[in-house]
Amino acid sequence: MKTFRIGGVHPQENKLTAGQPIRQAALPKQAVFSLFQHIGAPAVPVVKRGDEVKVGTLLAEAGGFVSAPVHSSVSGKVSKIDAVIDASGTRRQAIFVDVEGDEWEPEIDRTPDLVTLDRHPELDAKTIVEKIKKAGIVGMGGATFPCHVKLSPPPGSKAECVIINGVECEPYLTADHSLMLEHAEEILVGVSLIMKAVGVSRGYIGIETNKPDAIALLTEKAQMYKDIEIVPLKMKYPQGGEKQLVDAIIGRQVPAPPAIPISVGAVVQNVGTAFAIYQAVMKNKPLIERVITVTGKSLTKPGNLLARLGTPFSQLIEECGGLPEDTGKIIGGGPMMGKALLSLDVPMTKGSSGLLLMNNKEAKRTAPQPCIRCAKCVSACPMGLEPYLLATLSSMAEWEKVERLDVTSCIECGSCHFTCPSHRPLLDNIRLGKTTVMGIIRSRAQKK
Amino acid sequence: MNVILIAVIVLAAIGLVASAVLYLVSKRFAVREDPRIAQVAALLPQANCGGCGYPGCQGFATACVKAADKGSLEGYLCPVGGGEVMTKVADALGMTVEQTAPRLAVVRCNGTCENRPRLAEYDGRRSCHIVQMTGMGETGCPWGCLGCGDCVAACQFGALRMNEETGLPEVDESLCTACGACQKACPRGIIELRLAGPKGRRMVVLCNNKDKGAVANKVCKASCIGCGKCVKVCDKFEAITLDKNLAYIDASKCRLCRKCEQECPRHVIHAFNLPPLKNKETNLIKI
Repeated sequence: MKTFRIGGVHPQENKLTAGQPIRQAALPKQAVFSLFQHIGAPAVPVVKRGDEVKVGTLLAEAGGFVSAPVHSSVSGKVSKIDAVIDASGTRRQAIFVDVEGDEWEPEIDRTPDLVTLDRHPELDAKTIVEKIKKAGIVGMGGATFPCHVKLSPPPGSKAECVIINGVECEPYLTADHSLMLEHAEEILVGVSLIMKAVGVSRGYIGIETNKPDAIALLTEKAQMYKDIEIVPLKMKYPQGGEKQLVDAIIGRQVPAPPAIPISVGAVVQNVGTAFAIYQAVMKNKPLIERVITVTGKSLTKPGNLLARLGTPFSQLIEECGGLPEDTGKIIGGGPMMGKALLSLDVPMTKGSSGLLLMNNKEAKRTAPQPCIRCAKCVSACPMGLEPYLLATLSSMAEWEKVERLDVTSCIECGSCHFTCPSHRPLLDNIRLGKTTVMGIIRSRAQKK
Repeated sequence: MNVILIAVIVLAAIGLVASAVLYLVSKRFAVREDPRIAQVAALLPQANCGGCGYPGCQGFATACVKAADKGSLEGYLCPVGGGEVMTKVADALGMTVEQTAPRLAVVRCNGTCENRPRLAEYDGRRSCHIVQMTGMGETGCPWGCLGCGDCVAACQFGALRMNEETGLPEVDESLCTACGACQKACPRGIIELRLAGPKGRRMVVLCNNKDKGAVANKVCKASCIGCGKCVKVCDKFEAITLDKNLAYIDASKCRLCRKCEQECPRHVIHAFNLPPLKNKETNLIKI
């Protein structure tokens, strides 16, 4: 069974909602669209207060090449453009829309029929990328990197294969799993669109063996697509990290930053992104909704919800049985890489893959003990770093040494933190070192 | 007997030759250090705090001597020693130096536990920089003190102390040397080195919140809402300016009339080392 070579851990899966059908979430009363739903420059609003918008109307256009437009997911009136606390925990600009009815832009094809690539032989790589760019699609695994940037390889590098991430290695999350079960054919069309966009004839979909039903279904459907291969992968976290996935599937290791997967000829996308690309190119539907797993051990009705972007998290929790009394922490994303939320009014964004409610007992961190030099973190690190050393040096503000030890390679997966028997806050410190060193590198580049 | 004699003679000869070589080398390759550097270094406080921007007192002394050779000591200041030490340094180098007014660190936040309720609990490593990276911190204020004490750890002179009751750091004015280490340590730029004022008397806006009034009001009872009342009342001296919904008092223009303190509806303006106002309720501010 294939998997990546260095490090990795296996946290308890807790996939409470595995195999559950996708539920349609109700429309919110007010939808809030953050202008910072992607990595890169913020989107620039093109609507003003009082404007009438429909589902799919452009609200804000891309603020640069590495940026993505934002579309309305509801119909109604723009009530204000103001700051809101978003999932990043900071107050940032957003567009507020008061919902009235559910009127869609006429060019969006809302029929469920499958449109295959054979029916549109006129689609070439440029049109596909242009459509993806216009639809505001970003990496939906959580990193929210604008999709069209990844599909336009930098000069000097050539893509050889497309790798689709259906791993979903984060505990609790099952959004991609349910999407694969219900929209397998659409995803396969999406994958062939990505392959056409980057001009390659080889595609892989990596799925961990804890989803045998998804592997079976996709393998069956993929028989029609000769150039797409379904690769079952051994369960190991963080297999969904793009560098780990490239290593697991084609056995190539991506060098340290600034190298990216394209440096070894791979373009990596998430299954959710593939589905969104299918909808954008074949159905003219911009990225306005996504599947999110709302889960937690104390939640009465956890589930996979298809919710419109901009829906407040409080409403999603209401739909899953209301906020349990013993809630200690609410995490946007999975337990390994997600971020605790400061407020329940945080709106859903393009990168919201999960909402995890931890009870009081789970939420508490254990008090850290001295390092016993067991080196568990070293064997767990999927990037081959020395977390104990990076953490100590970061807390001592030894930025030069931290930089020399490749702190910028850290993918912040939290495996070191998870595996530490002394419960040391390793990732807290390493993240501090990484952010500071990145700042130092940036200011150095500016000086030149 | 003969063997011992030979050994003594050989050793003596080697010693002589080696000493001659050492003598010649030390004369030929002698490093001449300006004697004034040692002289200046002796005058400095030897705190090696780096507050001057140079690596330690020796580094600062070297820089001063170089600057003196170029003709001016302007811009060189030992924050720990202050004007007094700089005058001595200037005398030793045969220069004159302008007296700089003493400064003190001021924590521009009054978001005590009472004024600014905690919305969340942070249980990671207690470091302001890490909290700043993860979001807004325990309170909803993205501008105010995070209360993890990075500034306290940075102070070499023991002038900062965390007040458990308020959750804010306090400056001991008698120990603060205005070296600026705390200012650099604060990720939110709350600490400012301000002119100490006559007898330490000074007026300070104890807030760093640049949000609009309504937002600032929501997160903290003691926030500056940018209403501009203080700016209007200070029309005579024009010491107060309003920038991005935050009032700022220019200490060099302030005449300590305390009108702004009386006018401020939020009790954000605080008078240091002045008696409390008689007919004004100022119980919101507790320092």
